[in-house]
Amino acid sequence: MSESLYDRIGGEAAVNAAVELFYRKVLTDHRINRFFDKTDMDKQIVKQKAFFTMAFGGPNTYTGQDMRKAHVHLVKMGLDDSHFDAVMEHLGATLTELNVPADLISEAAAIAESTRNDVLGK
Amino acid sequence: MIALSLIFTEHRVATGDCPYKQKMTNLKIGEKNYTCNSEETVLDSLLRHEVEVSYACKKGTCQSCMLQCTDGIPPENSQKDLKDTLKKQNYFLACLCVPEQDMTIKLPDQSELFSDGKVIANEMLNRNTILLIVECLDVLEYNAGQFVNLQRADGVTRSYSIANRPQESKTLEFHIRRLPGGKFSEWVHDEIKVGDSLSVSEPKGHCFYIPERKEQGILLVGTGSGLAPLAGILTDALAHGHSGPIQLFHGSSEREDLYRVDEMRQLSKQHQNFSYTPCISGADVPEGFKQGRANTVALNEISDLKGWRVFLCGHPEMVSQMKMQAFLQGASMGDIYTDAFHVRQEEDSES
Repeated sequence: MSESLYDRIGGEAAVNAAVELFYRKVLTDHRINRFFDKTDMDKQIVKQKAFFTMAFGGPNTYTGQDMRKAHVHLVKMGLDDSHFDAVMEHLGATLTELNVPADLISEAAAIAESTRNDVLGK
Repeated sequence: MIALSLIFTEHRVATGDCPYKQKMTNLKIGEKNYTCNSEETVLDSLLRHEVEVSYACKKGTCQSCMLQCTDGIPPENSQKDLKDTLKKQNYFLACLCVPEQDMTIKLPDQSELFSDGKVIANEMLNRNTILLIVECLDVLEYNAGQFVNLQRADGVTRSYSIANRPQESKTLEFHIRRLPGGKFSEWVHDEIKVGDSLSVSEPKGHCFYIPERKEQGILLVGTGSGLAPLAGILTDALAHGHSGPIQLFHGSSEREDLYRVDEMRQLSKQHQNFSYTPCISGADVPEGFKQGRANTVALNEISDLKGWRVFLCGHPEMVSQMKMQAFLQGASMGDIYTDAFHVRQEEDSES
């Protein structure tokens, strides 16, 4: 258990590969695409990257408080568990598509899952 | 002399005990100089000196601390994930940049420099768009497809895209559409004469061609005078010997608002890898033109954009819609370059 999940999964290169696949899935999913700003797609990609880095347990400095603050306006728009589930679904599908081994996918999913309450403002 | 020796002493204290480590460097911004300690980032140094600079994540993710180095190439790691065209212009992220040498830096809001330009030609391209050619001395750093601010003697300023390769002719070409009540465009159409002076800003924007991955497909989609940057990019790519397919879709609602149709057709005969499709969204579509909006026609013809480089210029709505579609149809976000032409609300139209 010397190497972090981030390194085992492939580090920054893996993040880069995952981000665009994931963002395409999200943008075409009518359940959740209204929560993703489409006016500045470059900025959105940068945010998705931070998300994946976090899910892979990589270098990031987001605290639970940051996650809360960043999603307050979305919670006001009606963001709830069903939307969070949809994102988790796309996260899993993206990593499967990239042939990430199942055990690593579960590890990443568990990290992402741990932010649920903060993201949903619970 | 006293001040000088003081500075000297400080340097000695800072670097003296570890001579092999990276030394202190100097950051120059405008007329001011700031020291950057060894292993300190540019962002930390500027914050320590209470220089106002925007930032957020401090780890290269949010890109809000992007600055430009004007006297050399910034360290490679400080350009991580920036668009190729930004890298080429020596933009970097201050939070990731530990300087290897002294740097001259430009903050985003620093006032811009203008140089003198002289009108050497003006002629109509179609019923509402004029070709303006301006001679300007220092255009080596200008790229076809970027834009500049043109400023009239009384200070009225507007942005226009560069439609030619400035390095060749030492001139800049612009396609300027007449906007009803537009202070600047009406002046260009009705009053400007060969020999008149204009001030020309530094080049701006990241919508231009970089001579790499020459086998890549290039998709150019523009509406109206959005042809200006695209024509520049096209000429530049062909001049660099781009070998991948280059497809241009130029659209407007009526035939009379397209221009350079014959020249583009001629060019597509001369270059096997270049194809040109003029598109008309209105009802009256003569032979040789495609019916429909340029972006729709383009997406119908090229459904898989994976690996393509995409340039989108003109109407803001077309640009933002097409950007999303191009991405969803496989283009990588880093390969999509856009220039949306926002029409300024003429607050000064009464004059």
